[in-house]
Amino acid sequence: MHPAFSVIFLTTLIGAGQGLFLALFTVESYGLLELVPSQGPEFYAHGSLLALALLVLGLFASFFHLGRPERAWRTATKWRTSWLSREVIVLPAFMAVVFLYGLAHWTGFNPSLGTLPGGYNVLATVLLGALGALLAFALFLSTAMIYAAVKFLQEWHSPLTVVNYTLLGGASGFTLAAAYAAWAQTDLVSFLAGWAIILTLLALVSRAASLIRNARIKPISSLQTAIGVKHPRIEQKSQGFMGGSFNTREFFHHRSAGFVRAVKWAFLIGVFAIPAALLALAMLMTVDATPVLVAAFAVQYLGLLAERWFFFAQANHPQNLYYQSVA
Amino acid sequence: MTQLALVIDLNVCVGCHACVTSCKEWNTSGDAGPLVDLNPYAADPTGTFFNRVQTFEVGEYPNTETVHFPKSCLHCEEPPCVPVCPTGASYKRKEDGIVLVDYDKCIGCKYCSWACPYGVREVDAQRKVMTKCTLCVDRIYDDALPEWDRKPACVRACPTHARLFGDIHDPDSEVSQAIRENGGYQLMPEWGTKPANHYLPRHKTRITVREDELERADNPLKIDSKLPKPGRDEPSLDDVTSW
Repeated sequence: MHPAFSVIFLTTLIGAGQGLFLALFTVESYGLLELVPSQGPEFYAHGSLLALALLVLGLFASFFHLGRPERAWRTATKWRTSWLSREVIVLPAFMAVVFLYGLAHWTGFNPSLGTLPGGYNVLATVLLGALGALLAFALFLSTAMIYAAVKFLQEWHSPLTVVNYTLLGGASGFTLAAAYAAWAQTDLVSFLAGWAIILTLLALVSRAASLIRNARIKPISSLQTAIGVKHPRIEQKSQGFMGGSFNTREFFHHRSAGFVRAVKWAFLIGVFAIPAALLALAMLMTVDATPVLVAAFAVQYLGLLAERWFFFAQANHPQNLYYQSVA
Repeated sequence: MTQLALVIDLNVCVGCHACVTSCKEWNTSGDAGPLVDLNPYAADPTGTFFNRVQTFEVGEYPNTETVHFPKSCLHCEEPPCVPVCPTGASYKRKEDGIVLVDYDKCIGCKYCSWACPYGVREVDAQRKVMTKCTLCVDRIYDDALPEWDRKPACVRACPTHARLFGDIHDPDSEVSQAIRENGGYQLMPEWGTKPANHYLPRHKTRITVREDELERADNPLKIDSKLPKPGRDEPSLDDVTSW
């Protein structure tokens, strides 16, 4: 498939935003259970603002994928069948909850909505946070299912696609959260960096699994089934036109095999190796780790751009069987 | 229920592209507005077509066969392009099974083209909406046309009658009979899309020529027998006349 930068930016930016929000809510939940030192309201408010900024940027990027962005409101109508429609509904809902979550912390409007057995207060922000976490996972599912649901794009049609989107978004979000925690001078750096390392390594396992799976894929369609002629040797002599067309532009990456391979190694190093090393370094540092963690996030995000590019480029659409020769 | 479709006889198609140009002409001047052509006379021309004729070589030289293969939207009975559309712009008509795009609802996200394994949807680069074969829905229901003319433009244009048009759910229709009697098949059946359009396979055509058919036995003037019959080593009839 042709990797479109609008979609690459959309999926990586909102993924990091979702991960960052999940990190904030993790901190709040752990804080309630007194497993980590609880934070002041600014920590959550500024963090939510950062997450919201990423989500807005992602949403902005997504509009460049549309031929007719002025009609984008129509996309919410077919949620019964279309994962794209579901994503379009869940994304603004999630953004609204992140906004309210940040606002509640910022204004200090945080009434107790009741008491659980055991004496735990159900705070409004915790309820919002839980709802936001639910929506964050729903958004990971919706975004990934847009690709995983297309069954004849065999490289995408796998539960690994959903797992990868979730873990990669989570990893980048927690790395960013660690950098943010260091910048905000909290004592959460090791906690968040530790989770970021765990998520990065889990993402490595699942992404490697999908790379291995995709390397072993046998295409279900062939030229024989494409034109219905049962002969082992079929060769296309003409695709019906000599100029370009939508079909020749949209479904191929137009790069050499060497370039695609290079991108694969670039993202394996950029998403996993370097950030994991920098995160571990930050955990060992006694001085301010902000620059190291910001670098970790920057490298990981650039790596994710490469990862998403490769994700699209690797998918081989069966329609390409019909467009193999120009003459 | 009606399911209109094309049946394309690969045994007859000669790859003349008449259906391509006829389709382009009809749909460019149709209700939906022009199918764009960009840089038509420049270095890198491109354009929107609903219908293409491709050519494949089957077998290994010298035992090869050329297959001309017209391809347009197959109007699947289980169209994968329809449920993925986030706006409902891509839809399948219940009354006749034609898969259409509502150009006023389409946002040009291209998701339906990703979801089509056949690559028969093309974004119109000027209108920024997805376009595809409509089975000439504006011809086949046009009361102003005489009844024999109410067929898709490609069917009307085909000089070898390689294209049939009709209801494949009606067992007595021309297309159903053609599918039944000639081994009609669907493209990429492995995906369960159940394309409505069918293809008729190529087959070996042989005729037996008998001796009495070479000489016209009922010719009273016996002209055939008066023609020069060169000997084995002499120039043949064709060579003689090609002086």
